[in-house]
Amino acid sequence: MESTMPILILALPLLTFLVLGLLGKYMKHGTAGAIGTASMGVTLTLAYITAFTYFFSGSPAFINTVGERLQSVIFNVTWLQFTPDVFDAAGNLVKAGLAIKLGFLLDPISAMMLVVITTISFMVHLYSNGYMRDHDGTPERGFQRFFAYLSLFSFSMLGLVVATNIFQMYIFWELVGASSYLLIGFYFTKPSAVSASKKAFIVTRFADLGFLIGILVLSFYTGTFNFTDLTSTAVEGMTDTYQVNIGTAEWIKNIFATSAAPIFMGGSVMTWALVLIFMGGMGKSAMMPLHIWLPDAMEGPTPVSALIHAATMVVAGVYLVARLFPLYLMETTALDIVTVVGALTALYAAMVACAQLDIKRVLAFSTISQIAFMMVSLGVARPEHHHAVGYMASMFHLFTHAMFKALLFLGAGAIIHAVGTNDYTGMHGLRKYMPITHVTFLIGCLAIAGIIPFAGFFSKDEILTAVFSHSLYWYLWMSIVAGLTAFYMFRLYFLIFWWKDHKVTGHHAPKDQPWTMTLPLVFLAIMSVISGFFPFGDLVTWNGHPMYKSMSVLTNLEQLNWFVASVSLVTALLGIGLAWIMYKNENPLPSRMRQFMPKLWDWCRNRFYFDELYMFITHKIIFNGICRPIAWFDRHIIDGSMDGLASITNKASESIKGLQSGNVQQYVLAYVAGAILLGLITALCVL
Amino acid sequence: MESVGSFIAYVIIALVIVIFSVMAVTTRKILRAATYLLFVLFATAAVYFQLDYEFLGAVQIAVYAGGIVVLFVFAILLTSHPGNSEKKLESRKNVRALLLGVTMFVIAGISLAGRTESFLSRPEMSFIDMKSIGTALMGTGHGQYLLPFEAVSILLLACMIGGIVIARKK
Amino acid sequence: MEIPMICYLLLSLFMFCCGLYGFITRKNMIAMLISLELMLNGVDMNFVVFNRFLFPGSMEGMMFTLFAVAIAAAETALAIAIIVNVFRVAKDIDVQDLTTMKF
Repeated sequence: MESTMPILILALPLLTFLVLGLLGKYMKHGTAGAIGTASMGVTLTLAYITAFTYFFSGSPAFINTVGERLQSVIFNVTWLQFTPDVFDAAGNLVKAGLAIKLGFLLDPISAMMLVVITTISFMVHLYSNGYMRDHDGTPERGFQRFFAYLSLFSFSMLGLVVATNIFQMYIFWELVGASSYLLIGFYFTKPSAVSASKKAFIVTRFADLGFLIGILVLSFYTGTFNFTDLTSTAVEGMTDTYQVNIGTAEWIKNIFATSAAPIFMGGSVMTWALVLIFMGGMGKSAMMPLHIWLPDAMEGPTPVSALIHAATMVVAGVYLVARLFPLYLMETTALDIVTVVGALTALYAAMVACAQLDIKRVLAFSTISQIAFMMVSLGVARPEHHHAVGYMASMFHLFTHAMFKALLFLGAGAIIHAVGTNDYTGMHGLRKYMPITHVTFLIGCLAIAGIIPFAGFFSKDEILTAVFSHSLYWYLWMSIVAGLTAFYMFRLYFLIFWWKDHKVTGHHAPKDQPWTMTLPLVFLAIMSVISGFFPFGDLVTWNGHPMYKSMSVLTNLEQLNWFVASVSLVTALLGIGLAWIMYKNENPLPSRMRQFMPKLWDWCRNRFYFDELYMFITHKIIFNGICRPIAWFDRHIIDGSMDGLASITNKASESIKGLQSGNVQQYVLAYVAGAILLGLITALCVL
Repeated sequence: MESVGSFIAYVIIALVIVIFSVMAVTTRKILRAATYLLFVLFATAAVYFQLDYEFLGAVQIAVYAGGIVVLFVFAILLTSHPGNSEKKLESRKNVRALLLGVTMFVIAGISLAGRTESFLSRPEMSFIDMKSIGTALMGTGHGQYLLPFEAVSILLLACMIGGIVIARKK
Repeated sequence: MEIPMICYLLLSLFMFCCGLYGFITRKNMIAMLISLELMLNGVDMNFVVFNRFLFPGSMEGMMFTLFAVAIAAAETALAIAIIVNVFRVAKDIDVQDLTTMKF
């Protein structure tokens, strides 16, 4: 494949960022928005062509004769050479030195992610043209800056998913974090937004510390950063083409096992490395206990929440684990940790989501819960169970979730824009006023609840199948979470669109938003319906080997595990039914429920006091125990000694200042007196 | 007889130097101080003549008396406010400075008197003619001073330019 | 009746001490300069006397005095230029009163 198109996919958003960031001030708001959107549209087209070429062209660089999909390095530029390459006498490369490269790796998951990112990003760009204006259509302050940031984010995220090596991934990982920080703090005059952006940045940075240590450990032992060297082998007779191979991962494991220090603190070093890398993923993907930043990140503009904190950046952790999946297979302890963290987070987030009053917070916790689903699915994936169906299910759910969660967020944004508040209590009975938003939001809710034939049904069903084949206990656990998901989403839906009639009428009544905002809603709603039929089993698997013989739009239906499917349908319908009873019309049932179990309600309402726990740890323990003494030491001992020196010098010079009077006669007097004294002393000594 | 004459000459010279030195540093009128300095310089030239350094005596009169004192007089006339110059010259720190000067004189005098060389009488010396002074100034060998001579000439040039630059009206 | 060396040396020493006294006590800058000349003259005379009494065959002392006179002329000219300039700016040449540039 030519490298022009991949380079353009990365270069266009970066260029747009530079243009809008540097020259945006001198542009009209509309122009800046149009440039950003158009550039993203071109990127979208290029990414679609690239992905389509990868999946369907049948080129030998992308698929081999038995139908296995390959990894293709489109280009790879050496950026920093750490250790030199080793050549033999004839000049052939024996062993590549450690180097950081920047490149473009095309394989099933990166091609899929290209589609996801560009689709959602383009929709969000389009939507922002309408959202970032007030009711009269006047653009907000910083309109151009907003689009510049969006472009920066798109560039970083695209760079992250196409990374050829783990260090490139880390670089873009941090860039993504930085642009997320900028976008959360977009309303930098609002103190809550500023503190939310700081919180997000610090928490994810803390997690990235683990990621970096993991990278260093891994590369120290293996001597390489490249994904292709860690998980794949080169295809014979082809250049820059690789195939995922479990043998390579076994070889890597052997390197660790035969090293000088294979065990560290009761676990193998490889497990430690993988768990540390997963810690970075936990931070970005908001897994418990590093999830605390995501609900606060909702302070950013709603399109940002849709793009970054629902569809793309937060799944980077899932993507990271999927990228290194063959290595994780070698250390099932690490996979078990992934499973446990995911399962705990899923239940926790679902419970908290049931008790939130802020529409975006509910969606944030539902995002956490759904990403946890993906993590669990990766954690239970084993090649011996249906060809690691969990891996495919995780990627499938990532794809469908991106579509319907972006839809839900954008719908929520439209509602917030129309009503002017994030709080439920201001927005009951909106179905008559905003029909398009209503229908699309309902589709999103049905999709996330897992009702056939919406997208979420298929992906969630695959996940539950994978969990079921791994462990019954986790299957029950995740089914309960799925039921809870249906319940809280429909609680949200009923409270917004039903419950009781809206009070405000006339000119100020909420209404559907301009086409720039409804078009993305409609498009994403369509995607939420049809993406469930995409034959992911053929397109995306852990080693490229297709799961099913045939490939058609009905594959997913044919391959359903009907037992799991019916159980999950029943739980989803139960959840929806409960929500229907409690919230369809105004009634005292919810408050009675609340009184019935006040403790549980309080805990869920306050997110199980996680933020308070962090506050306690940071403020009471770390600040008081470590920072205060250090600050005291700094102020009193270090500064004090410097101040003391300075004041002694000052006092001394003040007191002897008079000696340097500038009066030359005084000097002469002193000088001659000294000379005479010396002469006297000499004379006395001689005599 | 010659020695008596030279002794009388010495006494006169010594008296002039002592008296006018003291007056030069104690008089209240600046112009008078310059004049007394001139007398001291003349007496010094006389000492040089007495010690058979005729050329040096001539230089002393020409440069010091003729040049420097004239400069002093100019400067005094340029900078003095007629009428209040007396007050300006009023001496202070008299006691301390006097003590210092006397101590110095006594100590140095005692140490000089303690050495036998101090009481040597004047040995014979051949007359120094202009030719030997000229070769000494213009030669580069042992006991010859071309380099200092040139250095002094550059110094004088620099001093001339510097004087013009500093004293020039802005 | 020969005059011993110490007579001349005491003479020059006396001149030097007078100059010292004047330099310390005078307030007027020109008067200080006059005292300075007095001191310099005493030192010059010392050179000549030592040369004449101890090393009559050579003329180092005389040459030193010769150069010292030249340098004294240069120094005086420059100092007087500075004094005149100071006077022009400050209308005063009293060292006690010239404190504009003091700390």
